[in-house]
Amino acid sequence: MIGNGITKWLTGVAVGVAVATSALAQDQYIPILSYRVGPYAAGGSGFFGGSIDYFNLINATGGINGVKISWEECETEYNASRGVECYERLKKNNGGASLVEPLSTGIAYGILDRVAQDKIAMTTLGYGRSDAANGQVFPWVFPLITSYWNQAAGMIKYLGEKAGGMDKLKGKKIVQIYHDSAYGKEPFPVFEAYAKQLGFEYIKIAVPHPGNEQQSQWLQIRQANPDYVILWGWGVMNPTSLKAAARVGYPREKILGVWWAGSEEDVIPAGDAAKGYTSMTFNTPGNYPVLDQIRQKVYAAKKGNLEDMSRVGSVYHMRGVTAAILWVEAIRKAQEKYGKGKLMSAAQIRWGFENLNVDEARQKALGAFGMFPTVKTSCQDHEGSGAVKVQLWDGKAWKAVTPNWVVGDKAMTRAMLEKSSAEYAAEKKITAGCMAG
Amino acid sequence: MFYREAGQFKTSYDADSQIFPIRQDRIGVALMLAVAFVVVPLVATPYVFSAILIPFLIFALAALGLNILTGYAGQISLGTAAFMAVGAFASYNFVLRIPGIPLLVAFVLGGLCAAAVGILFGLPSLRIRGFYLAASTLATQFFVVWCLTKIPWLTNNSSSGVITAQKLEMFGYAFESPASKYLLVLCIVLVLALAAKNMVRCSIGRSWMAIRDMDVAAEVIGFRPMRTKLTAFAISSFYCGVAGALYAYAYLGTVEPEAYNLDLSFRILFMVMIGGMGSILGSFLGAAFIILLPIFLSQFAHGFGLPNSIASNLEAMVFGALIIFFLIVEPHGLARLWQIGKEKLRLWPFPH
Amino acid sequence: MQFFLEVLLGGLLSGVMYALVALGYVLIFKASGVFNYAQGAMVFFAALTCVGFSEMGMSLWLAAPLTMLVMVALALATERIVLRPLVNQNEITLFMATIGLTFFIEGLAQLVWGSQVHPLELGIEDVPLQWMLDRTGIAVSQFDLIAALICAILVAALAVLFSKTKIGRALRAVADDHQAAQAVGIPLQYIWAVVWTVAGFVALVAGLLWGSRNGVQFALTFVALKALPVLILGGFTSVPGAIVGGLIIGASEKLAEVYLGPMVGGGIEGWFPYVLALGFLLVRPEGLFGEKIIRRV
Repeated sequence: MIGNGITKWLTGVAVGVAVATSALAQDQYIPILSYRVGPYAAGGSGFFGGSIDYFNLINATGGINGVKISWEECETEYNASRGVECYERLKKNNGGASLVEPLSTGIAYGILDRVAQDKIAMTTLGYGRSDAANGQVFPWVFPLITSYWNQAAGMIKYLGEKAGGMDKLKGKKIVQIYHDSAYGKEPFPVFEAYAKQLGFEYIKIAVPHPGNEQQSQWLQIRQANPDYVILWGWGVMNPTSLKAAARVGYPREKILGVWWAGSEEDVIPAGDAAKGYTSMTFNTPGNYPVLDQIRQKVYAAKKGNLEDMSRVGSVYHMRGVTAAILWVEAIRKAQEKYGKGKLMSAAQIRWGFENLNVDEARQKALGAFGMFPTVKTSCQDHEGSGAVKVQLWDGKAWKAVTPNWVVGDKAMTRAMLEKSSAEYAAEKKITAGCMAG
Repeated sequence: MFYREAGQFKTSYDADSQIFPIRQDRIGVALMLAVAFVVVPLVATPYVFSAILIPFLIFALAALGLNILTGYAGQISLGTAAFMAVGAFASYNFVLRIPGIPLLVAFVLGGLCAAAVGILFGLPSLRIRGFYLAASTLATQFFVVWCLTKIPWLTNNSSSGVITAQKLEMFGYAFESPASKYLLVLCIVLVLALAAKNMVRCSIGRSWMAIRDMDVAAEVIGFRPMRTKLTAFAISSFYCGVAGALYAYAYLGTVEPEAYNLDLSFRILFMVMIGGMGSILGSFLGAAFIILLPIFLSQFAHGFGLPNSIASNLEAMVFGALIIFFLIVEPHGLARLWQIGKEKLRLWPFPH
Repeated sequence: MQFFLEVLLGGLLSGVMYALVALGYVLIFKASGVFNYAQGAMVFFAALTCVGFSEMGMSLWLAAPLTMLVMVALALATERIVLRPLVNQNEITLFMATIGLTFFIEGLAQLVWGSQVHPLELGIEDVPLQWMLDRTGIAVSQFDLIAALICAILVAALAVLFSKTKIGRALRAVADDHQAAQAVGIPLQYIWAVVWTVAGFVALVAGLLWGSRNGVQFALTFVALKALPVLILGGFTSVPGAIVGGLIIGASEKLAEVYLGPMVGGGIEGWFPYVLALGFLLVRPEGLFGEKIIRRV
């Protein structure tokens, strides 16, 4: 009898799954490789929560020209091999993945070759290989908005303006305190090139993973007494850095963080020690109509992905919404070319990503005017912007410091990424070239 | 009834010392090989190949390596991932710097580099034992990853320390499809597993076990502890090095040194412990358990329609609870369960 | 010279913080021979629970004892469900079981309290001592000094507990030989529950202090990595060893990072303590204060 019950129940589940899948087959399906447990869970839940909230908003307002979005989630724990498994598991479901975004450097590397083989576009929003912005070598990878190199260039530009002109940086001392990993080393070439060009002293100080103890590094900084400190940290390293700066009495106003050191999760644990600290961002903090819509149409309907609605509009959530907006815009763009209201294939969406044009008018229409820089991509430029903003933590919230978007020396970073991607192409025996639509 | 060796008489020394002395075992192994080589490639989907079978084989190989060191020679190590990293980065450099070197040779050379590093970091084991040794092997873990991040030459001066494994080409054939990669990895793992099986049966394996069981006694009856322990470190590291190279070449493709972090070391240690210390089969069972269980749990948990954050956390809890459960049921690992099963089978259906 | 002193002092004080975590390992290892991998997770769990309670509106003075009750419950459950069925198993098995426990506790903590990071204010300001800065130019955090004081009290109390009380004697007996202790009538289960409770208390103190330094978040489990070299240097079985080990590790890792680090590219703090501890172990294989193991055939 019990066995019968279980069988019935199982058939029920099976039927349910089958129905769900067939219903999903007409939807634009996006796999979500999220991480909601482990050390980086706070950021992961915010980012992917934001994306899913935006999907729900799109679905509640009629989809993308009538095409609804569906998604399936898989827990990666920020671990490369589990991420690869998730990608492989989800990519073929529901008629095939439209695109993928792992929000993890390790996983992005692990599926770099796979997305090219499977012909699925991967976005790496604000992380990953900077030289992937060259779409001729990396046709399937989109480091949208701004790569690390352009961010680094933007940092120097901002510091120069703060000092009263780029030439004023001459003779100054800038310390980069970095997470001792591939990620922390990514901006070295840019800073080194700038140091040579502008004549400031550039000191690198490494913090070994995980970075929960930085006494010696900050004593070194105190002794060097630099004019600015660039904090290139990740995870627990960020609040620890701010605390340690307070301990040695280094003013937080002179610290400029990378954007992975610029979320609420990075400063709240540091408490008062974080007050006055500035960091980079690719989102202007504030409220936007699109966020209000999410609150009204998604959270009011109890479909919100975050347990705590007050996190809507937090840095990670806004990044997730931004990512989802760009994905949806790419799909929309693809529909313009390949047929409105139709289901787009991954290759068509790749074309959409390559021809993305989210200008100010479009941002206004989306209710996200000024939330992120305008993005215009091409085959040569998979990044689409290169602009950044600086924000300040006043103890309660992030406030934008620079009214306009800051753009560094893009010609310099372009030359670097051309060189680096050419090396990659030579090593992998890839012939560079644009992909036809 | 079916699994009984009665009536199988050995008439020569060769027959007596063969690797699988029982006929049923030979048939079983042959069947398994047939399944692995013929049936699996026919039925498995690309997902199964590239997300489950390939990592399973690679991790099983690494677990096998660690099992030689921990299970047979009794030296606990938390530096497995470091040896894997040495294997991977060394292979990468051999392919990069010696044009035209066959990839298989590069893997072997990578393994040998790992073995050399293994010997170096194995030296303290002559003096330190138990958990003291385990904790000090963490030095290997952190030091090797640090070196790979710091020395640009090792990563071909890549600005961030990330390497991209070269194309998997051997004998003029490019291993691109998941199935072909699987078969390649399977062949390598099989050869090494057979070698390990033989090693633990011959004098070197016996000397490892003697050292493991009581090193002072082993020394008294004439085993040289230095040689024994260091060969264990070398061979174990060789296996891990090859596994690490495969992890980069056949699985991840592009790797940063961080891919070989402490978590990976621990995962492999879990495999050995869950699978069974001192058992070749156990390495495979343990790898299967540690890889498959989370996948199964996550599919199961998400099937209930729970919110993802809850499902993911429950997954971790169930995983932990199952480890404890298995230890309570059978502290010697899955391999021991299999052995008990075999004993039972031998008597079945007349246990008295 | 002044800078050297600053680094040295900072290092010594950091070392005390490491020792605090290491103490938890020592307690459990000393009394039951279990290398408790879950200690890091316990630190995280304790801190998160305490913050969780205090965010429900309780004061810290109420939240901390309540958390202690939770830790007692956890200790009892661990003893009953995990340790009791594994009595007389070898140490590797017990170690493995604590790994399972780690996953369980980490999952439980985030399941109950969510994955958000939390600030924790103990009311001790983490700024340099002004009068010291004025007079000598050396920046020493007053938070670190207070943490060191708390740690000293804790160690003294534990030392008394181990050497002077009846429970302490029973603990040491159990540590020497499970079976012999049982034979003379010491209730093993009771002793284990007590030890895990005390370890839970140490985890709570460590969690609060570390949590107020780094924020209460999952990364608190990583403090275990800082404690391990302290543990092997000082010896698994010695409470004072943890303190001495902590001081040595803390001071030397900071000095190495500051003076050797720049020569080799920095970031050597990750492995230097382990290599240092390894060096000590080569001379004294049971750590500085560990019990000498005599092996006979």
